[in-house]
Amino acid sequence: MSGPLLRVSRLVTHQRGPFDLSIDAGECVSLRGPSGSGKSLLLRAIADLDPHQGEVWLDGVPCEQIPAPQWRRQVALLPVESQWWQDKVGAHFPDEDCPWLIPLGFDETALGWQVSRLSSGEKQRLALARALMNRPRVLLLDEPTASLDEISAAALEAVVADYRHAAGAAVLWVSHSAAQAARVASRHYQLTPQGVREGKP
Amino acid sequence: MITLSVFDLSLAALLVLILAALSWHMRLGLERSLLIAALRTVVQLSLIGLVLKTVFATTGVLWVALMAVVMLAAAGYEVMARQQRRLKGWWGYGLGTGAMFISSFAVTVLALFTMIGNQPWYEPQYAIPLLGMMLGNTMSGIALALDRLTQTAWQQRAVIEQRLMLGQTRFDAIDEIRREAMRSGMMHIINAMAAAGIVSLPGMMTGQILAGAPPMEAVKYQILIMFLITAGTGFGVTTALWLASRRLFDERHRLRLDVLSAPRQ
Repeated sequence: MSGPLLRVSRLVTHQRGPFDLSIDAGECVSLRGPSGSGKSLLLRAIADLDPHQGEVWLDGVPCEQIPAPQWRRQVALLPVESQWWQDKVGAHFPDEDCPWLIPLGFDETALGWQVSRLSSGEKQRLALARALMNRPRVLLLDEPTASLDEISAAALEAVVADYRHAAGAAVLWVSHSAAQAARVASRHYQLTPQGVREGKP
Repeated sequence: MITLSVFDLSLAALLVLILAALSWHMRLGLERSLLIAALRTVVQLSLIGLVLKTVFATTGVLWVALMAVVMLAAAGYEVMARQQRRLKGWWGYGLGTGAMFISSFAVTVLALFTMIGNQPWYEPQYAIPLLGMMLGNTMSGIALALDRLTQTAWQQRAVIEQRLMLGQTRFDAIDEIRREAMRSGMMHIINAMAAAGIVSLPGMMTGQILAGAPPMEAVKYQILIMFLITAGTGFGVTTALWLASRRLFDERHRLRLDVLSAPRQ
């Protein structure tokens, strides 16, 4: 199937929009906009977590033709704050074999750690590793380096880039930093009250 | 059977009055609600005694049915009133009432037909007390379980949505919360069965023995009643939780807490 991997058309959610955007396979696009402009709401609607109007297609297939749990495994949303409901980190992973732990700066023992002792930065990186376990085709990243230092942020950027190239995944990256947007993405969207506008980082 | 006189009851009431006086004297602040509750017991039970006397005198199935419907409606209201965050619209009333109708009525009718086997099966002397006991217990179970389900779902909405984001179905995402709610709805009846006869003599059995029934007969009735209550409560709670946890999500497996009303103050 040719055409963009992810296409969003006339999407309206929580009285915001309509939003239009598209991302090709293997492409990373940044999304910026002032606080409260609805970036997180847009990502939630694309992941089909909120009721919305308009259409979202994955590789030409409309969202409503794919069962919702399957859609969310393919269109993975990484929220700013991840949630952990089991005692151990590993209980949140489908299996022990997670190839992203070491590139993200952990060792193999990380899956045995207690969730209650994780720092917010560790949670953020582990949440990416957990989301990648579903082998998603689209990554919706909501400020994925918000609580990371520079070294960890660089590691996370590298892991996302590697995964994007290897899996041909489309990435929508919400960032507050113009420098990061310019570094990780090849196209740049700006969220305005009128909708999504393409432009400079 | 030893009948109680007004004087006997007055002596018992005197004990409550002394307790109220003590509470007033020690400034425990309990005397008012204690006396009101005691007064309500006398008035409400006397009224229901009169009603039962009238209903027992008839054997019309319509009267029994009318009484049963009134009891169910009252129990349904109680379930709704005990929810901090209830489902909006007719669901708030209909869910608990429907679950009680299915479980309590079915189990009571089954018991009347098979185990008690009276002629006619709806004879009010058996049907009404049995249904009352079923409804009372199922009501508590459903109220506790539903309240736990909706409160916990509200508090843990971020976790539920995180699980949905990772591709879990709505059933998996609320599985643990539903299990917790099930436990809180069933715990009192499981505890009652476990403690029966050792820690406590169940009230119904005690009443029968005091009224002159042979202990083994009272025990058999008590066992029957406890099993019926357990089954009725269990089926009722299961039904209510299944419906409510479905209602919390839409067909696209989205958590829809907008089906819940704001908590009461």
